[in-house]
Amino acid sequence: MLLNALLLALREIRRNLLRSFLTVLGIVIGVAAVITMVTLGNGATRMVADQIAGLGSNLLMVMPGQRLGPGRDSAGAPKFKIADIEAIQQQVNGLKAVAPVVGSAVTLVAGTQNWSSTVSGTSNDYFVAGNWKLAAGRQFSDDEERAGKAVCVIGNTVKKELFGKQSPLGSSIRVKAFACEVIGVLAAKGQGGMGMDQDDTVLMPLRTAQRRLTGSLDIGNVMVSLKDATNSTVAIAQLRSLLRERRKLAENADDNFNVMDTKQIAETLSGTVRTMTGLLGAVAAVSLLVGGIGIMNIMLVSVTERTREIGIRLAIGALEHEVLLQFLIESVVLSAFGGLVGVVLAFFACLGLTALMSMPFLFNPGINLTAFAFSAAIGVIFGYVPARRAAQLDPIQALRHE
Amino acid sequence: MSEASPPLIELRAITKTYGEGQAAFQALCGIDLVIRAGEFVAVMGPSGSGKSTVMNLLGCLDTPTSGHYLFRGIAVETLDRNQRALLRRHSLGFVFQGFNLLARTTAQENVELPLLYRGETAEARHAAARAALKCVGLDGWEQHTPAELSGGQQQRVAIARAIVTQPLVLLADEPTGNLDSKRSHEIMELLLALNRDQGITVLMVTHEPDMAAYARRIVHFVDGLVDSDTQHAGSSAVGAQAEAPCC
Ligand SMILES: Nc1ncnc2c1ncn2[C@@H]1O[C@H](COP(=O)(O)OP(=O)(O)O)[C@@H](O)[C@H]1O
Ligand SMILES: [Mg+2]
Repeated sequence: MLLNALLLALREIRRNLLRSFLTVLGIVIGVAAVITMVTLGNGATRMVADQIAGLGSNLLMVMPGQRLGPGRDSAGAPKFKIADIEAIQQQVNGLKAVAPVVGSAVTLVAGTQNWSSTVSGTSNDYFVAGNWKLAAGRQFSDDEERAGKAVCVIGNTVKKELFGKQSPLGSSIRVKAFACEVIGVLAAKGQGGMGMDQDDTVLMPLRTAQRRLTGSLDIGNVMVSLKDATNSTVAIAQLRSLLRERRKLAENADDNFNVMDTKQIAETLSGTVRTMTGLLGAVAAVSLLVGGIGIMNIMLVSVTERTREIGIRLAIGALEHEVLLQFLIESVVLSAFGGLVGVVLAFFACLGLTALMSMPFLFNPGINLTAFAFSAAIGVIFGYVPARRAAQLDPIQALRHE
Repeated sequence: MSEASPPLIELRAITKTYGEGQAAFQALCGIDLVIRAGEFVAVMGPSGSGKSTVMNLLGCLDTPTSGHYLFRGIAVETLDRNQRALLRRHSLGFVFQGFNLLARTTAQENVELPLLYRGETAEARHAAARAALKCVGLDGWEQHTPAELSGGQQQRVAIARAIVTQPLVLLADEPTGNLDSKRSHEIMELLLALNRDQGITVLMVTHEPDMAAYARRIVHFVDGLVDSDTQHAGSSAVGAQAEAPCC
């Protein structure tokens, strides 16, 4: 009997290809949308979490200028000097590293290859503050820092672009007008926030950058890394009063510099991502609902025809449960097939989209199961319930249905 | 038919009321009818006199409002839905006024359907369906769907579906209603042969006296009551020289 019902169900599916297709489509869309959105949301959350970990905890960025954001005014504000760095090192408590940074956009040339990147003139503290590890080579020596020698440590992207698979150690890169020896390669960190490539960077001693690139003793900004136990509020307060004093600001004058707590930024960022994920989830839930309504629609539209079909089957001697089994199998087959296609489609969509957005692809079995089960349930319920009602009528009533 | 053969079907004071309250309409007002095994009965009467209603009740497709329906001595109103379905499956063949074939389904599959619910093997189904379709003159049309068949052809598919199970009773509601006179006579010959050679009891609704003339008994309905019930002698003369159809 099961075999008969299966035969009848498959026949009925094949016979009504358009209706079957639309039902399956509704389920596919619902399932694929939910899984894709939730998976992307998970990926984005993970990406931000990774970036936060990459930033290192308790990092402060100190910049000249009044405030962040639009209308930021740094032009008039005095820049930092090396003496400021030394003062911070000596007078603020609980610091792990204080790294001055002088940035400059340059074109790099090695052999026949060239590449545009950013150079940061800094100290060995930068490795601590920026949470950088070396993949090969070494940091700057005291001598190189003091004398401003033409040496550099390059990021993974720069290495790939200029040297390919070869080891760059000991080779020299032409930076603007001078040749610079590569003494180290940074371990890759990957994509940073907002599509920025953190590995596209070149580090050289502060002096070297000041002399050969910017031609001034100014320092662009300062990275300050706090010890784990340090209270960042206290440290920021100390830092501010020190800088205000050194910059001779009057009691009621605004700061002409800015201290940013990256941990705070990261928290804000991950909060935003969490909201986004929630939003995506809501959109996904709506699309699941829309898919479900689509299925209901198709099922309800075909109720008249199907009720008559049930009437015919009953009239020629089918038992109620035989008819119901056929309808149940029909709905299960369609729903399961649609759900499966949806899951597969979502898998490839996620694969493509995460690659496109340089996000990690986190396969989430929970959401796959939930979406599948929900859609399948809708399909089965709306295929089965009207059939049940029809099969409980007298055959003649089912046949007369309009 | 001799009075001695046992009643196959007995209707006692059957009434049927459609609708409720103000809109209630009594389509059958107390029908008493005895049909014996092997009879060939024509049911006639004006439109709206309750012919289809009584056929549906006899076919266990509908339930009467009151009265008793005995099928081989069993009170049908005491049977549950499944038992009535089994009665339809094993003993009754029904030809609807409006065909009621499954859409987008070939003639062959339509005719096989009752056998499928009987649990017969694929080969047995194919063979029997082919034979039944041949019987109604549709060999070569097995793979056509109702949409590809004329009204007369659909009617014949419906008849094939009703006779494929070789039922005890064949109930046909205006089986020649959509056919031209030549086809109508062919169908009547067919029903006659089924009745004569296989002993299938036939009840048939018709408007046309020509067709009713094939029957040995004519029951006249008027306004939900049996108006007259007459036995004939003569019908066998019409069918005598007709070849026995294949089934
Ligand atoms: N489902 C129904 N609901 C209400 N009235 C019905 C229904 N079916 C039939 N009738 C009425 O019952 C009467 C008998 O109908 P029917 O048995 O179909 O007549 P006929 O002799 O033409 O086959 C008609 O007047 C018809 O209008
Ligand atoms: Mg009628």
